[in-house]
Amino acid sequence: MRELASKVLKGDTRSVARLITLVENNSRNAANAMKIIHKHTGNAHVVGVTGVMGSGKSTLIYELARGYRKQGKTVGIVGIDPTSPFTGGALLGDRIRMQELACDSGVFIRSMGTRGALGGLTGAIFDVIEILDASGKDVVLVETVGVGQGEVDVVKMADTTLVVLVPGLGDSIQAIKAGIMEIADVFVVNKADRPGVDRAVAELESMLDLKHVEGERRTPVVKTVARKGEGVSELIQKIDNHMNYLKEQNLLELRRRKRYEAELVEIIRRELMSYIFDEKRLKGKIDDLVDRISMKKMDPYTGAEEVLERMLR
Amino acid sequence: MERKIRVLVAKPGLDGHDRGAKVVARALRDAGMEVIYTGLHQTPEMIVETAVQEDVDVIGLSLLSGAHLTLFRDVVTLLKKRGMDDVLVVGGGVIPEEDASKLKKMGVAEVFGPGTTTDEIIEFIRKNVKK
Repeated sequence: MRELASKVLKGDTRSVARLITLVENNSRNAANAMKIIHKHTGNAHVVGVTGVMGSGKSTLIYELARGYRKQGKTVGIVGIDPTSPFTGGALLGDRIRMQELACDSGVFIRSMGTRGALGGLTGAIFDVIEILDASGKDVVLVETVGVGQGEVDVVKMADTTLVVLVPGLGDSIQAIKAGIMEIADVFVVNKADRPGVDRAVAELESMLDLKHVEGERRTPVVKTVARKGEGVSELIQKIDNHMNYLKEQNLLELRRRKRYEAELVEIIRRELMSYIFDEKRLKGKIDDLVDRISMKKMDPYTGAEEVLERMLR
Repeated sequence: MERKIRVLVAKPGLDGHDRGAKVVARALRDAGMEVIYTGLHQTPEMIVETAVQEDVDVIGLSLLSGAHLTLFRDVVTLLKKRGMDDVLVVGGGVIPEEDASKLKKMGVAEVFGPGTTTDEIIEFIRKNVKK
């Protein structure tokens, strides 16, 4: 694992890919490599891109990556698509919109399934960000699954969160009630060549008016037509501005602390779950309890207490 | 450690018919695999680089243009060059039988012609994937 970790730190593509697989599969070996690379992280600007299905997130990420490449920056991209809760399978199609980047050695793209995680991300996302960061990528772009209103976990891991909207999504009431509106560091109104774009921007701006406090940073709204690359350099400028703002106000450390806290809790949760639900240890205990609960000889709360008391004693 | 089979479904070359590839991709997904689909017109270089980054266990190549001998060979050769010998490569499309045996000699594990059921493909992958 020491060798794998040192290859990751050198930016070796194959090793980066392998370590990501190991963390996705929750392998013991992965933890050892992750312990080594942690102190080499913190240099990448992590940008989360979230928004409704079909808002053009993949295309926008592709254009952002191209923009960063023109500046000479290296880019890591993580595209997350939903895993079926029924079969455990997933169709990962974010790369379709990023074909031109496939052979650029300054870009690493990884597609991931949610594998049961809620909130639009995947359980291994923190690890994957650390790996790409440690491998030397200047910018890490994370695309969440297409979200509705509640999938806001992206703020836990991103330095800068982009919320992508399109014209004609709904009236201003919709904009205010949706929890997703509160997490944006930059709003993007994509597909801005469609009718209704001015209204969409005006509604966003009036919503921002309501919560804006004099003298504080106001969340910018950027119009883009990702398919044609329009507005992308302005968007990159706004993303950079946000990073400068975080640094100037000493907020970056605060955000990173939040990420590490979420990561720590996630690892503890994962380890605890696999400890409690260890097959060898449980030995059919769950089945047995479910039998008794079905027959009304026991209630689920007492059953849970029995398992936890036995395990954590 | 829970291991999930990751499959890259790729369309090398210039034909624009991806109905079959999409049907297979969906079937593999429904069989519990993680399927990466990259769209049409992939070069062997793009396919292999994608396979490296995505760390897939299987590559499924779909081709209906007739250029399978050249393009499949290039994919297999490049994979070896990148040290990805452990990846299971399978192919599908309209491929004559004599070509299928040539492809197998090159290192393509199996060629699935028209009429193959998705269950056969799933079973083959499950049996032959190297872990």
